[in-house]
Amino acid sequence: MTDDKKKQPSIKTSRCLFIAFGFTLGAALLMWRAVDLQLLNNEFYQGQGNARYLRVVDIAAHRGMITDRHGEPLAISTPVSAIWANPQELVKVPERIAELAQVLDLNAGDLLSQVNKNAAREFIYIKRRIEPSVAEQVKRMKIPGVAAQREYRRYYPEGETSVHVSGFTDVDDVGQEGIELAYDEWLRGSKGRKRVIKDRLGRIVESVERIREPVAGKNLTLSIDKRLQYLAYRELKTAVIKHRAQSGSVVILDAKSGEILAMVNEPASNPNKRVTLRADSIRNRAVTDAIEPGSTIKPFTVAAALESGKYTPSSEIDTSPGWYTIGRKRHVISDIKNYGRIDVGEVIRKSSNVGVSKIALSLEPEQMRQVFSAVGFGEITDTGFPGESPGLLSGAWSWHDVERATLAYGYGLSVTALQLARAYAVLADGGRIKPVSFLRLEQPPHGEQVLSEQTARQVRVMLEKVVGPGGTGTRARVPGYRVAGKTGTARKSVQGGYVEQYVSLFAGMAPASDPRLVMVVIINEPGAGGYFGGVVAAPVFSHVMGGALRMLDVAPDDLASLAAASQAGSSIDGGAASRRSPM
Amino acid sequence: MIDLQGRGDSRIDGGVKHREYARKLHLDWPLVAGLLVLSAVGLLILYSASGQNEALMQRQLIRIGLAFAVMVVVAQISPYFLERWTPWLFCIGLLLLLTVLVAGDVGKGAQRWLDLGLFRFQPSELMKIAVPMMVAWYLADTPLPPSLKRLFVAMVIVVVPVVLIATQPDLGTSLLIAASGLFVLFLAGVRWRLIIGTTVTLAASAPALWAVMHDYQRARVRTFLDPERDPLGAGYHIIQSKIAIGSGGVYGKGWLNGTQSHLDFLPERSTDFIFAVFSEEFGLIGVCLLLLLYLFILIRGLYIATQAQGAFGRLLAGSLILTFFVYVFVNIGMVSGLLPVVGLPLPLISYGGTSIVTLMASFGILMSIHTHRKLMSQ
Repeated sequence: MTDDKKKQPSIKTSRCLFIAFGFTLGAALLMWRAVDLQLLNNEFYQGQGNARYLRVVDIAAHRGMITDRHGEPLAISTPVSAIWANPQELVKVPERIAELAQVLDLNAGDLLSQVNKNAAREFIYIKRRIEPSVAEQVKRMKIPGVAAQREYRRYYPEGETSVHVSGFTDVDDVGQEGIELAYDEWLRGSKGRKRVIKDRLGRIVESVERIREPVAGKNLTLSIDKRLQYLAYRELKTAVIKHRAQSGSVVILDAKSGEILAMVNEPASNPNKRVTLRADSIRNRAVTDAIEPGSTIKPFTVAAALESGKYTPSSEIDTSPGWYTIGRKRHVISDIKNYGRIDVGEVIRKSSNVGVSKIALSLEPEQMRQVFSAVGFGEITDTGFPGESPGLLSGAWSWHDVERATLAYGYGLSVTALQLARAYAVLADGGRIKPVSFLRLEQPPHGEQVLSEQTARQVRVMLEKVVGPGGTGTRARVPGYRVAGKTGTARKSVQGGYVEQYVSLFAGMAPASDPRLVMVVIINEPGAGGYFGGVVAAPVFSHVMGGALRMLDVAPDDLASLAAASQAGSSIDGGAASRRSPM
Repeated sequence: MIDLQGRGDSRIDGGVKHREYARKLHLDWPLVAGLLVLSAVGLLILYSASGQNEALMQRQLIRIGLAFAVMVVVAQISPYFLERWTPWLFCIGLLLLLTVLVAGDVGKGAQRWLDLGLFRFQPSELMKIAVPMMVAWYLADTPLPPSLKRLFVAMVIVVVPVVLIATQPDLGTSLLIAASGLFVLFLAGVRWRLIIGTTVTLAASAPALWAVMHDYQRARVRTFLDPERDPLGAGYHIIQSKIAIGSGGVYGKGWLNGTQSHLDFLPERSTDFIFAVFSEEFGLIGVCLLLLLYLFILIRGLYIATQAQGAFGRLLAGSLILTFFVYVFVNIGMVSGLLPVVGLPLPLISYGGTSIVTLMASFGILMSIHTHRKLMSQ
């Protein structure tokens, strides 16, 4: 109160002390708050903080490579990068968008409008699957809101040629079809995990520790030979186009080991262009589609006859007058013409329906059934290939006369191209059946003897006549090699009735003296240039088999025909010379 | 006063020369040292908070340089001169406030700026100093404590600019200015009965205040009371900032190593919420040292106020240092979740704002009051 009375009033000491106390109290309060947050509750906030920036993320594992039997890649994973952006950030620096577009080879205007359109979003892909070096370049540009991420791109060097066998993976690198699906676990490896620091927008800022290393998938070596694969695909595609066919398949087996050397189908899609993949062009028809094999089944009917002991190759069958009826409904079985009295070999060579069905009717149903199922009809091949069809082979108890007669020439049962090839491999390999394999084998498996060696040889001799003079399969000939094979032309059945559409087939092997390769050609619904197997399918067989034998360096076993062919090749000169000569 | 002179002379000889310089430059060296250290700490943490943005650092450096220059210039003006021109300054400030309301620039949803062509100017910044000056001027040559009539006039002097600023709307600044005016009254010795009575009345009228608040202000109060209510929206600031501070621990994560701030989790990290970055990186120890530094400046300022000659100088100095305290306490209280988010920067540490220039000008006034003592007495 004394201060108040002075001329120069001053601040009361008590007020000053009060203020000084207030300052100290304020500072103490704030310090206590800091102690509360940073010391007493530090753990809680530490945890909250970590929860906001520490994340565990997967590390993609490199998917194993699929190669052909010689190590040539059929499917490989290459590291690529994706560039993505946070448009909210990027939109603030429009002047740098053009720069980004130039590096990524994009249209600057398009990119700008894309960013502006998504300006409210926090994530858009700018460009995916680019070279890592380009991604590095983008990262170095340090454009706000732009980041890169690692991914793997599955690439199929063989494109549509091998799409049906290799199959393909989806965006997440998981096998969707074919070998990619069947061996997914083997190829996939296991993802790694790492702890990373992420910022508010989810961008990985720094990698803290690796919890688990990714384990790369294992490589897979297929039995496929890339060269044969390409050759077969080229010839098949040419034939399908030429005959305006619906589809087609070619299968080549190694007669000694059962390995699948080539398996191609048409139509086919390029697995590297995912958008163009259509369901009907990625299906591996050679495995998934069962068809009625027509006359290509006849060698097995004959084999059953020989095995029964009732017939020898020289046993004669009367096929005149070229047709007969069977059963209560008087089902007509007929040949193209009246072949008269012919032996078993001729039945095959002429492909006589009458002859072969008469043979079948003279056998016990169980005898035929036993041979058919022994060579693998009616059951899947155990390759593990996804979507494989077992075909259809009904039990012998249901086989009445009409069924037996038509079964004998390939109706009333269905087989896949792969099954048919395996059955022919039995004939090629001395009556032994071996499991077919998509994987390369170190050594051929021991086959199971299901036909006598003698029967197999005898049927092969008959099949050789099919390609010989007067046979139905002369166009399957391969210069320099003896070919054994059988044509087939099956009428297609649609909803219980047979229609004017056909499947043309040729199944065979070469060299006939000691078969190395077995091949099946199926052309489905040819629309032009004939429909007989001997006209449509046999030439494909000839081209592919010829090329394959040469590629594999198989020694010719028919030098005489080679000499004849080379003489025919020089026939103009030869002709001119012969005219001059008095002979 | 003779006493004071004597105390000064009794110092050791080496200090005399420095004191001579100080007198000529009209600077208070302890205060200058405290402010320089604070600015240095501020630049250090801003470098980290801004993500090592050098362009931003350059702008801040220029701004701080300018602010110190303003401080030195203001320190040369004698309190006597200031006192004489106070009414004019206040009137000019009022006019500018009215101009802003009529022709001001709109920024961030509020009309606060005056575009002067070359630069933009916030008249409310001027009023931060002009209002306490005016109240101090009005009360200086009368016996203290003031009569009720004088008190009423003083209240009008405070309320008019405060209302004008609040309608911009800029609640934070208007409350700050109201406080600076009321501080003068408090220092002038207004009776406790009156202070407590008014406080109770204001508290009782809080519901009425709630009714006239803008939506965003209400949201801030609500969010303050329960930040978890809206963790993605308004409460996000407080939650993230508490996490940043708390996760710093005793020793901190180290300079440039604050994860919450650097990974973008912390909003406004180089401006209002820079204290959270500081706490995360320098820990409890850093926080305590920073608070002690502020406390040092505050106590020195208070000392200057008590030593001032003349009621005008005393009241003004006391009010200015109290206002500085409010800045620091409100900002740190807000960032650490003790007080609502009112949008005040942390003096000398937060990036930007004309507020730093105003602040340094008020320190200039403090120094002027302190260093012109003897001239007045002679």
